[in-house]
Amino acid sequence: MESAFNLEGRIAFITGSTRGMGWAEAKLFTKMGATVILNGVHSRELLEQRREELKKEFNVDADGYFFDVGDWAAVQNCYNSIFKKYKRLDVLVNNAGTLEDNLVGMIRKENIANTFSTNTTGVIYNLQLAARLMMRSKSGSIINISSLVGKVGNEGQVVYGGSKAAVIGITLSAARELAPMNIRVNAIAPGFINTDFIKPLTPEIYQQRLDAIKMKRIGQPEDVANAALFFASDLSSYITGQVLGVDGGMIM
Amino acid sequence: MENLEKLKKAFSESLEIPPEDINDALSYGNKSWDSVAHLALVASVETEFDIMLASDDVIDMSSFLKAKEILGKYGISF
Repeated sequence: MESAFNLEGRIAFITGSTRGMGWAEAKLFTKMGATVILNGVHSRELLEQRREELKKEFNVDADGYFFDVGDWAAVQNCYNSIFKKYKRLDVLVNNAGTLEDNLVGMIRKENIANTFSTNTTGVIYNLQLAARLMMRSKSGSIINISSLVGKVGNEGQVVYGGSKAAVIGITLSAARELAPMNIRVNAIAPGFINTDFIKPLTPEIYQQRLDAIKMKRIGQPEDVANAALFFASDLSSYITGQVLGVDGGMIM
Repeated sequence: MENLEKLKKAFSESLEIPPEDINDALSYGNKSWDSVAHLALVASVETEFDIMLASDDVIDMSSFLKAKEILGKYGISF
């Protein structure tokens, strides 16, 4: 029986896909048959390495674009290239994100600008251009990675939480606007996930976060990738404007 | 098909207006050309001419006449 999660023939662009959740999504989508387009901003070498890894494991030639999702000109160039090569886009995962914790009173304006540029403005930039490509085929799925912090807040995360709460607002509004074109827009709100974001945490904070999870384990990037696959696939073809928690029952 | 006919076809199909009713005076806000139809129109024009318009051009494409001007920037003459 053909898998309900089959993405054969679909073009999927995943921002921030050289590490963590984005990389897990890239591997899973490729495994399920999608043509995945990678994006990274921290290291050209890592982006190239990831392309090689996909080639080695799945025998595919994935494109990779090195740019900052908050750079409008660079985003436009990327979508022009996608259009020239593929003429279409079926799935966008707005995964690129940045995190810098600061308590109220200690927040630098550069931190606010950088965080919102990547986590929020970049989502709108990509969503807008992806939707235009999807309109041609009157179908598509846009998946925005928000955060549990964007839903319930957390100490030290006024900026990050604000940027991720905005992603939920973007998702809900875009879902209403794009539904008549059969373009679905949903968000995923991950909880405590084993990515580079948790590296700066002290052992005490790490344990506190772990203790707040009812399933008693940290989430893995693959847990988020599985949820993204659901939204990318036809199994969610009648679902839009939803925010799916992937948090193991975490209470913050 | 001539470029003018292709452009009229894109307008006609996306705005659901007979081709004979499409002329330079047709502008955003007239007939069925509202904000939702505008995006369908952009998609239709892009598909017809196999281009991707810059976002500023999408916003500026406010009439049939303006559409011809904008497409001129992409090497499409009328």
